[in-house]
Amino acid sequence: MKILVPIKRVIDYNVKVRVKSDGTGVDLANVKMSMNPFDENSVEEAIRLKEAGIATEVLVVSIGEKKAVETLRTALAMGADRGILVETEHGVDIEPLAVAKILSKIVAEEAPELLILGKQAIDNDLNATGQMLAALLDWGQATFASGLKIEDGKAIVTREVDSGLQTIAVSLPAIVTTDLRLNEPRYASLPNIMKAKKKPLVEKTATDYGVDTTPRLKVLTTEEPASRTASIRLGSVDELVEKLKETGIV
Amino acid sequence: MSVFVLAEVAGGVLALDATAKAVTAAAKLGDVTALVCGPVAAGEEAAKIAGISKVLVCEDAAVADGLAENVAKLIIENASGATHIVAPASTSGKNVLPRVAALLDVMVLTDVIEIVNAETFKRPIYAGNAIQTVASSDSVKVLTVRTAAFEAANAGAAAPVVSVSLSEASALSTHIEHKTLESDRPELTSAKIVVCGGRGVGSENGFALISGLADKLGAAVGASRAAVDLGYAANDLQVGQTGKVVAPDLYIAVGISGAIQHLAGMKDSKVIVAINKDEDAPIFQVADYSLVADLFEALPELTGKL
Ligand SMILES: Cc1cc2nc3c(=O)[nH]c(=O)nc-3n(C[C@H](O)[C@H](O)[C@H](O)COP(=O)(O)OP(=O)(O)OC[C@H]3O[C@@H](n4cnc5c(N)ncnc54)[C@H](O)[C@@H]3O)c2cc1C
Ligand SMILES: Nc1ncnc2c1ncn2[C@@H]1O[C@H](COP(=O)(O)O)[C@@H](O)[C@H]1O
Repeated sequence: MKILVPIKRVIDYNVKVRVKSDGTGVDLANVKMSMNPFDENSVEEAIRLKEAGIATEVLVVSIGEKKAVETLRTALAMGADRGILVETEHGVDIEPLAVAKILSKIVAEEAPELLILGKQAIDNDLNATGQMLAALLDWGQATFASGLKIEDGKAIVTREVDSGLQTIAVSLPAIVTTDLRLNEPRYASLPNIMKAKKKPLVEKTATDYGVDTTPRLKVLTTEEPASRTASIRLGSVDELVEKLKETGIV
Repeated sequence: MSVFVLAEVAGGVLALDATAKAVTAAAKLGDVTALVCGPVAAGEEAAKIAGISKVLVCEDAAVADGLAENVAKLIIENASGATHIVAPASTSGKNVLPRVAALLDVMVLTDVIEIVNAETFKRPIYAGNAIQTVASSDSVKVLTVRTAAFEAANAGAAAPVVSVSLSEASALSTHIEHKTLESDRPELTSAKIVVCGGRGVGSENGFALISGLADKLGAAVGASRAAVDLGYAANDLQVGQTGKVVAPDLYIAVGISGAIQHLAGMKDSKVIVAINKDEDAPIFQVADYSLVADLFEALPELTGKL
């Protein structure tokens, strides 16, 4: 079974994001970029399935500017076998609908039986690509996975939902999106980082797949969220009790 | 304009608060038809939300467990002519609406916090570090709305309830089981008060201090990701970028450092209290009232004195 894992290069989750003062977006100049955290869980899960003898090949794909090659190399160093970069213009974020369309073309060429995506990209926080791709392919979907097993041509997935945990079975080929508790992603070892440099990685563009990536959403402004008023330091539990009573809530 | 709303149903029961909040957002856009995937009783309850002019109820087993393939198909079959398709930004709304959007070849807008006009919406990005205003050029706007950002619609006169069913159920996925921890406490996203515990609580037993204070206040219990990962609390109690977004009247954060991913889920609460032994903890930057103290001393005292 071949597994395809789409991974996105995003601002590192530890970076304090700054909004540009002219309202045109956030400042991405000279900030640390990393693999989207949920995508690390996806890569890890795919590699574990390969180690367990269930998967035969792990293919990673990233749609983004040239530097996304670094992110693909990280996934190859973790243990993925092969990468595809679909290069896009610098500074332009491709919307999930267009990402899903590009991925659907790659699926048609590569015929994977399982796609593992992150549940959301921590830059746009959209949480949409996996579900959209499942619709385009007319495949079953299991989102927000915290547990995954492959059994009798099905993915048995435990999903983190608002009311607890739901387990569903999805016939393969299928789309799974990962939640952070699915696994603990490994770090790439130095020898594996060296080996990853020799693993196959091809570079394509969106036009190679005939996909129109024109955005459907126009960003008008990007602003700082409203800030909160300064905090009052209290000296004791008694003061806190008094303040809480003043609010009239308790 | 006509707006189609997917009502929130959990375990065959209407989630009234989440649905009524989504209806408030939807009613700004036009005449609301709501779809309830569940028993007729749930549909009848939804029909009493002011702003809904018609309720469609689907009792088919195929949609009872929220399977995305079937629910998305049911929406497509019943929402023709709608200018907007709206759902609460719950795990069910987030699971289904992007699928609906792709079937219609339109983009989806998730976690909307403000409806500016019929084409323009505000939503947070980068874990709430920035707020984007976006205009959609798509023929149908598909959006999930963050319930914490809207007031619940009131009760009104009962709207007509009509039964619908799915043309053909998909066999792509099947429901196996649902594990829910029953609790008498208020539900996290609709509670007026939330007491939230983090890694500082130290153990599952330590977490009893959090529940103790919550019970004293009639509050819901929340947890940071670290507390959930460590097994102190259930996954559905997680507050933050990856968990639930809450905006109660009062939020009490105990033993939580205040990582941006946690703040993303609670910083719009009306009054925030933080108790932490580290005076430099970032949680204090969003707190209205800060108490630098050891939680193992402060919490029992606080619970006792309230
Ligand atoms: C993609 C992504 C998504 C994430 N999503 C979420 C999310 O949805 N929600 C979330 O919460 N996190 C999320 N996180 C994790 C987040 O980055 C933090 O790691 C997490 O919030 C830390 O939890 P904490 O504050 O409980 O633990 P810590 O950061 O370890 O803080 C513990 C605090 O307890 C205090 N403390 C310790 N002992 C005591 C005591 N005796 N008395 C008083 N105070 C004490 C310490 O001073 C410290 O400030 C996410 C991370 C990533 C990468
Ligand atoms: N540009 C991209 N390249 C590769 N994968 C992507 C891209 N955008 C989104 N994805 C995948 O889709 C998931 C969800 O992203 P999103 O729908 O944007 O929140 C991510 O975790 C990735 O697995």
